[in-house]
Amino acid sequence: MDKPLNNRAWLFVLPVLVFVLFSSLLPVMTVVNYSVQDTMGQNNFFWNGIAWFQNLLDPSTDIGGRFANALVRNLLFSFVVLALELPLGIAVAICIPRHGWKVGASLVAIALPLLIPWNVVGTIWQIFARADIGLLGAALNGLGIPYNDTQDPTSAWATIVVMDVWHWTGMVALLAYAGLKSIPDAFYQAARIDGAGRWSIFRNIELPKMQKVLVIAVLLRFMESFMIYTEPSVVTGGGPGESTSFLSLDLVKIALGQVDLGNAAAMSLVYNLITLTICYAFFTVMTQLDRRKDV
Amino acid sequence: MSVVLERVGLRVGEETVIDDVTLAFERGTMNVLLGPTLSGKTTLMRLMAGLDKPTTGRILVDGNDVVGVPVRKRSVAMVYQQFVNYPSLSVYENIASPLRVAGVDRAEIESRVAEASRVLRLDPFLRRLPAELSGGQQQRTAIARALVKRAALVLLDEPLANLDYKLREELREELPRLFAASGAILVYATTEPSEALLLGGRTATLWQGRMTQEGPTPSLYRDPGNIDAARVFSDPPLNELSVSVRDGRATRVDGAALPAHLSPDLPDGAYRLGFRVENANIREDGSGDFVGKVSVTEISGSESFVHVDLGFATWVCLVLGVHDWKPGAMASVSVDPRGVFVFRQDGERVPATLAARYVTDTVGA
Repeated sequence: MDKPLNNRAWLFVLPVLVFVLFSSLLPVMTVVNYSVQDTMGQNNFFWNGIAWFQNLLDPSTDIGGRFANALVRNLLFSFVVLALELPLGIAVAICIPRHGWKVGASLVAIALPLLIPWNVVGTIWQIFARADIGLLGAALNGLGIPYNDTQDPTSAWATIVVMDVWHWTGMVALLAYAGLKSIPDAFYQAARIDGAGRWSIFRNIELPKMQKVLVIAVLLRFMESFMIYTEPSVVTGGGPGESTSFLSLDLVKIALGQVDLGNAAAMSLVYNLITLTICYAFFTVMTQLDRRKDV
Repeated sequence: MSVVLERVGLRVGEETVIDDVTLAFERGTMNVLLGPTLSGKTTLMRLMAGLDKPTTGRILVDGNDVVGVPVRKRSVAMVYQQFVNYPSLSVYENIASPLRVAGVDRAEIESRVAEASRVLRLDPFLRRLPAELSGGQQQRTAIARALVKRAALVLLDEPLANLDYKLREELREELPRLFAASGAILVYATTEPSEALLLGGRTATLWQGRMTQEGPTPSLYRDPGNIDAARVFSDPPLNELSVSVRDGRATRVDGAALPAHLSPDLPDGAYRLGFRVENANIREDGSGDFVGKVSVTEISGSESFVHVDLGFATWVCLVLGVHDWKPGAMASVSVDPRGVFVFRQDGERVPATLAARYVTDTVGA
């Protein structure tokens, strides 16, 4: 423990500190500032204590009810999307060939949706889903299935979920594929000699060996789906009604639409805390599991 | 049970991976496949296990052709260089897994796992996951899995290569004993000649997909049938010398004459001489037949292997005891003719009588 102590080292950290100060610390403090003040206009702010937070966390108030509904929508969306994308991604990964030119071709095809800018994904699906001219919407209606994502909440939800699955299953598949590729051939051989079936190979070899990458996939997909904004804002704009108004969409409406700064500031802070807490809890549980295994 | 490989060959695309191998294995025997990496040991084992199909030849089990019979219908167990266990199953479940698949009843599974874990000293770890074990314990688990199966053919593919020295010695002694009771055919692949000698039994040497020789291990070591077999069964590598013989006198390819006792008594022609490290010694008094410069000294326990650059070849010489020959030092090398194998240009061994001449020469001198 005889590391040289040199206080000049702090100088080298300074640029980063300044950068972080302007990029995140000051904006966050501004939000914190708004969340404890109210205004009557003319840029006159006065102390409001924790009233915004009290309102927000009380579902019986107008804003509290809105927040609670949006939060439930968010959690439901993340859950549905994870429940679809994980198994599907793993299934796709297992089907990707292991040798030859087909590997490259499959990987490119799978990664394609990941390369499209998010608002373009939204635009593609908005047109695709249109009940009058969209390939999906018009075809479904033509088949006699009632579908209209601008009027029917179920259609809107289905569109957004399917869009997300289309957009992000590729990432889960790529991660799972990386996990599968790292399994030595000897494991498959041993299973064949044991006489193990396909399911037992998956259950006892592939799944445990993929565990680490799948944890990362779940973490990434949860965070991204919980913060979803761009695609639904382009496709449904939060509608019909409030049916696809996720927290981020609602936040933008309150902050920029209604210029209700106090409510918006309190809401964004709580939103942030929820995301942080869930990720922290998730991360802790996973590292604990890992530690138990790596003894 | 007996397993016979009859002119077995495997081609993958344009490449011949296994070339015309004929071998027979008898019940309750230890058989070593000795060859360097990529010589075809693992491929041969895959063929025997039924994981791959040979493109030519037949594999007979008790006289019946088994090519095409699926792996799970064969009585085969295999242990690999990597420690292969089911990562999410406990040690107990891992050992039990082949029996569960085979549908063995519960009481039988329990007793067999208990027996295997006892002989492999895994009792304290039965409830742990493989990742919670040391490398040696993981490999013991894999061996236990092979053992409980009571397979008639047990394939061990460099099972000790990833273990440390002490564990390797321990398990190497145990392995043949463990399987001896079951009367299984043991096939053990290794790259190390010393391991083959320690295991005994019969050895087949493999070189580039061809079987170069087969026979009882010690006699194979003493009498390599061709230069490839001699190379495979020599570590440190075989010392070699190309000579041409004329009127009973040998000369090196660069024209220098060899001492009389190193001239094989053979018809005129070109030959290759080969001898192992123990037949090349350094003479401190400078009375050796060849002079060269020391390039490297490997000290291995009670012996030192001195690499000497002679200009026309680099030989490895054995010096007993720990000697630190400095690189660049001059060394005088003598070769014991009794240990010299003589090979024709095509690599086949020819019986030669160097030793006899040596005796008369030394008497004459």
